[in-house]
Amino acid sequence: MAHGRPTKRRDMFPAAFILPPLVWQASFFITPLVFLVWMSFWRVKNFRLTRDFVTANWERIYNAGFFYDAYVHTFTLATVNALVVSVLAFPAAYFLAFRAGPKVRQLAIVFLVTPFFTSYLVRIYSLQIILAEHGIINSALGLVGLGPITMLSTSFATVVGFLTLTLPLVILVQLLALSQVDKRLMEAASNLGVPPFEAVFKVVIPSAKVGLIMAGTFGFLLSFGDYVSPLFLGGSKPPTLSILIADQVKSGNNWPRASVVAVTMVVTLVAVLLLMTSLAYAKRGKK
Amino acid sequence: MTRGDKILSVYLAAIFVFILAPIVTLIVFSFNADRFPSLPWSGFSLEWYEAIASDSTIHTGFKNSLIVAVATAVISTILGFCAAYTDYRFKFFGKMGFLALAAMPPTVPVVILGIANLTFMAQINLAGTLQAVILGHTVYCAPFAMALIRIRLADLDPDIEPAAWNLGATRMTTVRQVVLPFCRPAIFSAMAITAAVSFDEFMIAWFVSGINETLPVRILAMLQGQVSPRINAVGSLVFLVTITLVLIAQAAVYSFRKTRRNV
Repeated sequence: MAHGRPTKRRDMFPAAFILPPLVWQASFFITPLVFLVWMSFWRVKNFRLTRDFVTANWERIYNAGFFYDAYVHTFTLATVNALVVSVLAFPAAYFLAFRAGPKVRQLAIVFLVTPFFTSYLVRIYSLQIILAEHGIINSALGLVGLGPITMLSTSFATVVGFLTLTLPLVILVQLLALSQVDKRLMEAASNLGVPPFEAVFKVVIPSAKVGLIMAGTFGFLLSFGDYVSPLFLGGSKPPTLSILIADQVKSGNNWPRASVVAVTMVVTLVAVLLLMTSLAYAKRGKK
Repeated sequence: MTRGDKILSVYLAAIFVFILAPIVTLIVFSFNADRFPSLPWSGFSLEWYEAIASDSTIHTGFKNSLIVAVATAVISTILGFCAAYTDYRFKFFGKMGFLALAAMPPTVPVVILGIANLTFMAQINLAGTLQAVILGHTVYCAPFAMALIRIRLADLDPDIEPAAWNLGATRMTTVRQVVLPFCRPAIFSAMAITAAVSFDEFMIAWFVSGINETLPVRILAMLQGQVSPRINAVGSLVFLVTITLVLIAQAAVYSFRKTRRNV
């Protein structure tokens, strides 16, 4: 029997579990990201990538007007989506957390988790045929003598696409945050005669602040990097950063310039994440 | 039910209509006879399913997606189990960094994982292969597996393993005979969810797969062409596969949430 083996073998035991994920993620997650940064300093010479250390790609991209337009557009759309999705999700999450029965809540969670993991690409295609000039909505409007309304290839359509992506997740995260609110606080507010609607703003939202801010941040992160909605619903007018990356790689064949855009996106996302985290955990001012 | 509750439940129903409408529309119009999807509905047809059934690029894409999804599910579930057990059992310097590394990939946009993988795979001569897609997908999927298995391990009393050691079992035997059986529903669930995410993923796959297109990459290519109900048909098939996997995963989670009370 193997019990009481000398300690040398036992020392290997943690390594058997720690090393596989560590080595795998370091090799295939961190290394590619490092490559991405390095690649942004390479050169494309006669259509061939050349290892180098030049800042030309950075200068080229950062001096390009289309890059600034894309950056501002992407950031604005993602911010708008984060706000809209937070506001739209909140009543649903509130209802599920405090008012709905456990059966309804359970069923709703299944209906929220499922779309989050299924076929975003084909759902956006479906929205395309719903919103198109001669699509479902406009042909329905036509039947009653209205329309057509132009919806496709607008920022409105892009945000609708973002919402189908982010709404389920944001409702789930908000629900998680709200279910940790101390119900006695709400009872206390009610006993003190605070109307329910007011209690939402004075008790519920302040005590669930961290989770609510993180939910909105997810809404930002997911839409900031999305490629499909801005392209197929927004009509790439103007292109977003993800579209720039795909274009540089797929048609421009300029990986270094695409890397510059990608590194800029990563830095932006880390900055937003840090800012929102510090905002979420910030102590409220002296009152 | 108060009046406020009624308004809120109607609101919730409206949210679900919004979330589910694209899926319903997709499936309904995959059976529409008319080439251009609009109302009124122009009759039932299986034409578009017949069209994709005889399309060899769809067959190849389906086969590639299946290979990638199975390999991704197995590898990322093993990695996820190792990471979850590490968090459950060991304390060591740098553990926070380890967990951050293990959990972080899904927060990075897939477009960035895609181009980062492309630049890297090109250097090690793997760009354009299914292996490259599998490597990219395991990185992205392993955190989901870790989360599911970690939730299950939270219900395993930390003193059970030391009890087995005291009775003479080695640590590895204990993992095999106590921890793994206990985690079985979560492992099952992790395999299903990682397979679903991989089967559905098109961005990383698009960047690194080259000519070895997976099914979602094929759909992406079709989307860049003309509107065609074929996309509805193949989209409905992809949807059917992923929704089945996701529902299996949730049923498994539900089953272990129930058994916990009896432990």
